[in-house]
Amino acid sequence: MLATVTPSPPPAPIAQRQRAIGEVLLAVENISLRFGGVRALSNVSFDIRKGEIRAIIGPNGAGKSSMLNVINGFYHPQEGRILWKGRARSRMRPHEAAKGGIARTFQNIALFKGMTTLDNIMTGRILKMRASFIEQALYVGRGRSEELRERDFVERIIDFLEIAHIRHTPVGKLPYGLQKRVELARALAMEPELLLLDEPMAGMNLEEKEDMCRFILDVNEEFGTTVALIEHDMSVVMDISDRVVVLDYGKLLADGTPDQVRDDPAVIAAYLGVAHG
Amino acid sequence: MAELGPLLEVVLGGLMSGVLYALVALGFVLIFKASGVFNFAQGAMVLFAALSLVRLAEWLPFPLAFLLTIVIMIAVAWAIERLVLRPLVGQHGLILFMATIGVTFFLDGFGQTIWGSNVYQLDLGIPASPWFLLESLFPGGILVSPIDVFAAAIAGALVLALSIFFHSTKIGRALRAVADDHQAAQSVGIPLNRIWLIVWSTAGIVALVAGMAWGSKLGVQFSLSLIALKALPVLILGGLTSIPGAIVGGLIVGAGEKLAEFYIGPSIGGGIEYWFAYVLALAVLLVRPQGLFGEKIIERV
Repeated sequence: MLATVTPSPPPAPIAQRQRAIGEVLLAVENISLRFGGVRALSNVSFDIRKGEIRAIIGPNGAGKSSMLNVINGFYHPQEGRILWKGRARSRMRPHEAAKGGIARTFQNIALFKGMTTLDNIMTGRILKMRASFIEQALYVGRGRSEELRERDFVERIIDFLEIAHIRHTPVGKLPYGLQKRVELARALAMEPELLLLDEPMAGMNLEEKEDMCRFILDVNEEFGTTVALIEHDMSVVMDISDRVVVLDYGKLLADGTPDQVRDDPAVIAAYLGVAHG
Repeated sequence: MAELGPLLEVVLGGLMSGVLYALVALGFVLIFKASGVFNFAQGAMVLFAALSLVRLAEWLPFPLAFLLTIVIMIAVAWAIERLVLRPLVGQHGLILFMATIGVTFFLDGFGQTIWGSNVYQLDLGIPASPWFLLESLFPGGILVSPIDVFAAAIAGALVLALSIFFHSTKIGRALRAVADDHQAAQSVGIPLNRIWLIVWSTAGIVALVAGMAWGSKLGVQFSLSLIALKALPVLILGGLTSIPGAIVGGLIVGAGEKLAEFYIGPSIGGGIEYWFAYVLALAVLLVRPQGLFGEKIIERV
């Protein structure tokens, strides 16, 4: 009943954007995830290639966020395996995924509310800091130089995302759109190879959405960061992604270029009355 | 000048017992700051640590018993992390708080099951007879208990060490991150379990120090567990997230209740000492809910 578009080879570069899409960075194979009797994901397989922007779409409850949580280690699927750079990983915990080069943002913004923008983004550098506890504590030697070096790096991200004016504002006080941007900044500070974005544009107005689109494209182009994003706004998905995975009721419905997916009868059926694109 | 003597003695005695309250409050602050959990079991940990120490010291040399107790407290921290906190990652603060109430009763009972429930004397080798200071200035001098002085010195050293620990940029940031949002902290690569183990172990060691100070004063017995209740007003005064706040809060409560007893007590029949701190805390709550030193609560609605 559910027709599946066979995964296509890397698509031809879209006219506006020239990007080299490389080999498979992450592959999920036959992933099944259950919570008690509820099947969140059933036998889902797809891959994410180096340098691409990969969208994961689907109606509410399709298992999109569960998929991201599987990829970054919050959930452990009962079946299937995950290949990261060609190597199967077993029960990777989130902080280990972070160490491996996977950063993410959350659907319901997960920032450190009491900290300033700057401190929030600095937490993204924790894995890069190597000074010993004593050096850190006394703020001498490597402790000091490292803090200054990382601070410098973070300032560049702040400039890049145009949030210099809120550098010292506690993030709890920021409007929603800016919080989303700080969260992206924190993920970028980790210099990830794979950036997972869970509805980066949810709840934003048109202008904020356009800004966010631009940032995602810039990150992808300038740093070559691979991006996997969940998004509901079809026009956004069709505009910026190279390939799209469609999930429905925890199953893979379609997988292909935006054009292939848009014309897929199964996708149209699932989205009837929902799609705008 | 002569009438100043008793006043000074009261204030000094109050401040000293305030330091002891602060020692208990410190354990609360430590865990709350670093994991966002209000650990009701801190008092039970004080009792458990003191019981372990006093019973081990019966058949081991004291330094060895002390070290072994530290190991035991780290094991307790590990067990709490593994069996209670880890399964509850990401849950609401209230659920974690309820879990620590469970831990409280378990530790109280389990501690007395394995170590016994009598009153045990803890002798730290500190002279029991009081010192009299400034005898030349005041008739009879000012009475100070050496145990209190000892406890104050230890508390001072602990606070210094902990402040450095928390204000070191990287660790401090990691701890605050964990306290703020478990999932986000993990996603930036902070190993939640290790942080919790470190913090709960530290709180266990602080509990041991508090248990030694209180135990040598009152004897090691079940009521040590109840001093956690005395730490609550200290926490409200000082703020849940501030280490200096715990100290200042402790001093205010200690000196305040002794002064109230000394001045107001006689006219209304005494016993003020037992409730003064709570009324003070209530007053502070009305004016400054985050405590005198607490971080201002930021919430955008």
